[in-house]
Amino acid sequence: MIECDRVTKIYRNDQVETVALADVSFKIEGGEFVAVMGPSGSGKSTLMHILGCLDAPTTGTYVLDGKEVGKLKDDEQACIRNGKIGFVFQSYNLLPRLTAHKNVMLPMTYGGIPKDERIDRAAKLLSKVGLGDRLEYKPSQLSGGQQQRVAIARALAMNPSLILADEPTGNLATAQGEQIMAIFRELNEQGHTIIMITHEQNIAAYAKRIIYIRDGKVSADNGNHGRRKAGNEEGGNHGPV
Amino acid sequence: MVGERPVTKRVAITDLFETASTAFEALMLNKMRTALASLGIVIGIGAVIAMVSLGQSSQKAVEMQIQSLGSNLITVMPGSQMTGGVRGAAGASTSLTYDDAKAIEVSNEVTSVASVSPEISRRAQVIAGRNNTNTQILGATPAYAEVRQLFLTSGRFITQQDVDNMGKVAVIGPQVVSVLFGEGSDPVGQTLRINGISLKIVGITASKGGSGFMNQDDVVFVPLTTAQKQLFGIDYVTSISVAAKSEAVMNQARNEVGYLLLHRHKLTDPAQADFSIISQEDVLGAASQIANTFTTLLAGIAMISLLVGGIGIMNIMLVTVVERTREIGLRKSLGARKKDIIVQFLIESSILTFVGGILGVAVGISIAVVAAKFINLPFSLSLPVVLLSIGVSCGIGMIFGLYPARKAANLSPIDALRFE
Repeated sequence: MIECDRVTKIYRNDQVETVALADVSFKIEGGEFVAVMGPSGSGKSTLMHILGCLDAPTTGTYVLDGKEVGKLKDDEQACIRNGKIGFVFQSYNLLPRLTAHKNVMLPMTYGGIPKDERIDRAAKLLSKVGLGDRLEYKPSQLSGGQQQRVAIARALAMNPSLILADEPTGNLATAQGEQIMAIFRELNEQGHTIIMITHEQNIAAYAKRIIYIRDGKVSADNGNHGRRKAGNEEGGNHGPV
Repeated sequence: MVGERPVTKRVAITDLFETASTAFEALMLNKMRTALASLGIVIGIGAVIAMVSLGQSSQKAVEMQIQSLGSNLITVMPGSQMTGGVRGAAGASTSLTYDDAKAIEVSNEVTSVASVSPEISRRAQVIAGRNNTNTQILGATPAYAEVRQLFLTSGRFITQQDVDNMGKVAVIGPQVVSVLFGEGSDPVGQTLRINGISLKIVGITASKGGSGFMNQDDVVFVPLTTAQKQLFGIDYVTSISVAAKSEAVMNQARNEVGYLLLHRHKLTDPAQADFSIISQEDVLGAASQIANTFTTLLAGIAMISLLVGGIGIMNIMLVTVVERTREIGLRKSLGARKKDIIVQFLIESSILTFVGGILGVAVGISIAVVAAKFINLPFSLSLPVVLLSIGVSCGIGMIFGLYPARKAANLSPIDALRFE
């Protein structure tokens, strides 16, 4: 369902060119649980933004469900972000003014879901992540782990096929982190594709496949078809895990 | 399992209400800033409403004066006279006489005139007992009451017999009564003296209002002939008021009277006329035009303050957009389209200006009511003006909010999310 073909991202700043991603190619099938690892500055966040249709590659193509994202209009990309992708951020990014319930309803508002259904579905999702009794709490009244669970419920609001998580446990204590990962594992078992950035080995261990990024390139990929594909095209550019 | 949805979707009305309530909550977060931002609009709309209302009030005052003076009235004034090639001052000549007035009344060629009132108007000292006042003396015939729609509260008006006999009688206005005899008294039967001549008071006119030069209550009426021969020693009249049979024949009356007088004064060229004919509407139309010009001018100045208020809104919205960059980025990552972001910010700025507009209307009306009372005008403000200015204030929110909203919508989601 995801196909990156020689994706390159170059940032130009004051005539200085920074290569964030260089010729990154891989394939991720529906239902996979992938961890993207790499040191800071390796380009993994940039990759995540491209996968999430938040940014477009400078060259190369990114195909999601058969559509080349770079060629879509702004509003079509917004639609994809709304309907096909659920984001989970390291810093939760909940709207502080809104209750947990309303935060979860937000993507449904943009998705044109009728109000009654929004209220109903958001409540169910919050129950699913164990916050059924915290609907009217504001983010500031919730712990980090609870906030991240609200964020996960929000990511699931439009029942997306792909969940993109950017260091979802980065701000959490170990126990809370494990809670979050358990939810991700369950979601993956239910069929959601999950791509997660992390630099913690024990968190990455929840994933079935790990892609390593270093200096803007895929340096290792233990996924079978991914490795084969990348290997074929780039002539064994990848070291061992 | 994959959540599909069509690329195009509609924003339901309920969503707009929800966006509005979200916007309201956002505005309530920073009450002081919200209040100051809308203050500019309050002042702008308030100024416009106050100015337009005062303009409409003075317009109404002028209309009421037209009504009270009689809208079918035309006045013949002596014009400037050519004397051996030298043109005298307008109105100063003595070309109109009582006979001219009689001629207009009896001529077969003048068919559209209902009544004719020759008048002499001069100021003089009036003495009654120990009191005296300087007031307008109006030499008139019985037609005056008819032409000017004058009513009496006591006694009678000047009769034809008074005019024919140079009767030594006077009819006085309510203000003269209160100055000379005390307010509310009925001095009918008493006497007053003008230029040494004693006149018996036979009637008191009803109040007609007006002020300054237009004051129709501060006047002493005497028979025309008495004024000419006894008081002032003249043989001309200072004006002839003519009531047309109806408003529809005003122009015809004008032409007939003009033609007759030209003929009587043995003039052939209308450009040489030693008189001029004006209607009440001419005079008050000019006054009303002046009022209009002032209203437009003041409303224009008020508009500028509205513009400044609008710029203030734009300023605040730009600050808001920068402050909420992260929020915008997040909303975009959750699937908000440009349109969604634009609508959100436009609603916010419109609420600012809408509330400001309503408060402004209240402020403007209060100012107009107080000011109208202070300068003695009837308060007037038409509903469409109120609705229009509320509409305009909303529009200002839209126009001046558009640039900040577009700026917000065009933020790249990734830059916005990174923004700290």
